[in-house]
Amino acid sequence: MRKGVFTGMRKLRTLSRHVKEGFKSLGRNGWMSFASISAVTVTLLLVGVFLLLLLNINAIASQIEDDVEIRVYLDKTTDENGQQQIEKELTGIDRVSDVRFVPKDEGLKELIDSLGDEGEVFASLENENPLPDAFAVKTVKPQDTPVVAKKIEGIDNVNKVEYGKGTVEKLFKVTDTARNVGLILIVGLLFTAMFLIANTIKITIVSRGKEIEIMKLVGATNGFIRWPFFVEGFLLGVLGSLVPIGLLILAYQFIYEAVSVDLKTVFIQLLPVYPLMFQLAGLLIVIGAFIGVWGSLTSVRKFLKV
Amino acid sequence: MIEMIDVWKTYPNGVMALNGIDVHIEKGEFVYVVGPSGAGKSTFIKCMYRQEKPTKGNIIINGKSLAKLKERHIPYLRRQIGIVFQDFKLLPKLTVYENVAFALEVIEESPKVIRKLVMETLELVGLKNKARFLPDELSGGEQQRVSIARSIVNKPHVVIADEPTGNLDPETAWGIMEVLEEISNRGTTVVMATHNKEIVNTIKRRVIAIDGGRIVRDEKRGVYGYEETPDPVSPR
Repeated sequence: MRKGVFTGMRKLRTLSRHVKEGFKSLGRNGWMSFASISAVTVTLLLVGVFLLLLLNINAIASQIEDDVEIRVYLDKTTDENGQQQIEKELTGIDRVSDVRFVPKDEGLKELIDSLGDEGEVFASLENENPLPDAFAVKTVKPQDTPVVAKKIEGIDNVNKVEYGKGTVEKLFKVTDTARNVGLILIVGLLFTAMFLIANTIKITIVSRGKEIEIMKLVGATNGFIRWPFFVEGFLLGVLGSLVPIGLLILAYQFIYEAVSVDLKTVFIQLLPVYPLMFQLAGLLIVIGAFIGVWGSLTSVRKFLKV
Repeated sequence: MIEMIDVWKTYPNGVMALNGIDVHIEKGEFVYVVGPSGAGKSTFIKCMYRQEKPTKGNIIINGKSLAKLKERHIPYLRRQIGIVFQDFKLLPKLTVYENVAFALEVIEESPKVIRKLVMETLELVGLKNKARFLPDELSGGEQQRVSIARSIVNKPHVVIADEPTGNLDPETAWGIMEVLEEISNRGTTVVMATHNKEIVNTIKRRVIAIDGGRIVRDEKRGVYGYEETPDPVSPR
């Protein structure tokens, strides 16, 4: 029991020694640490910019896609029973998420509203409404729209199915491409960042290869040598992520406030500043710490074979 | 204490450094290892603390066989042996105190004990007042004293020195020998590879002469033996 407490204390003491050494080492290798932290700062700034871009492209694309719905016009002769029958069939279709009845009056009102000033022309039609009753159908994924629309066409008493055929397919193509390009950019950038940072750290550690060798000759275990480097790499990564986080928060807040009013007129919104910034900060710190530790430990490994 | 049984070492580039070495060194002995450059002295010494691994044969240190020693157990072997290098091998960014303390941090000594042992040892090698200096700020002889202090601070049974005076002027070299003798007098086994004829012939101890990777002479109170001017450029 006593021995257990003893070794426990000893481990704790050694751990605090490793943490202290990690901090001290940052200072002892001042310029090298500065170089590594700068590498982390620059690359994470790029990663952050593209990440925000990608997330907003994705959000905007979703907002646009969510506006896509299928309008199902019924035969004018359809009675209430037929209507209910159709509604039942519509909800029964696979991948349909929402079915809403649009009576012809409401349909006309929407039409007039959407046309703005020119819509006034149709105002006179209010008494003899030419529009049939309709259903507005939404799919689980906007991309399912064409397939679902095709199925709806087969239902009895359905006069016409409209969803902006052609335009919608093009829209999806554009949003999908935007998403994929953004994703590839981010992944590519992350890899570049990893290698750039890891290489900078490697250079700073290679210059200390002799020290590691000496430590080994004096009887240090690999773990004993690695721990301070683990701490150091972690600190390099975290310190390097602070500046990009600060800059990105300021810049995003500024852009958000400058642009959001204009965008509202076209019914598009950027992602709100919070909680996005918390998520971004967390992510960048984690990426920085991970790359720092990874770069540091892989560089040390080579010199441990003495 | 130290035993070598039919030890062979051939380097990957084909150089045959050791060709069947048998040797037995008792506890508390002081042994010179002499021989021309390239005779295998350094390999002989490096095999003891496993910087080099013999291609064949076995080495037993403190009753432990090195042949079966696993990679991850090497540090524990080195903690039982103090090593002094020709080029000192001090950590350049650590102070004298921190360099010596490192050997104790490695074995997870408590800070209190570390403080006491390091100061005691620095006093022994005559560097107590330079504890806060960096290696760069010391003379060669002083740096070698730090290296010796580090090698003995955890009270090992064996101290191995690979040409500890090789980089030093004669006067400083004698100072280093005084320290090594003092260590030997305390009962520590000392194995020292050297090119210094004067030292070997003055402080008479056991001499093992190596040439062509074999032991060609082993005398209880020997002499350097053959005429050879030490390499003008620091021999290794």
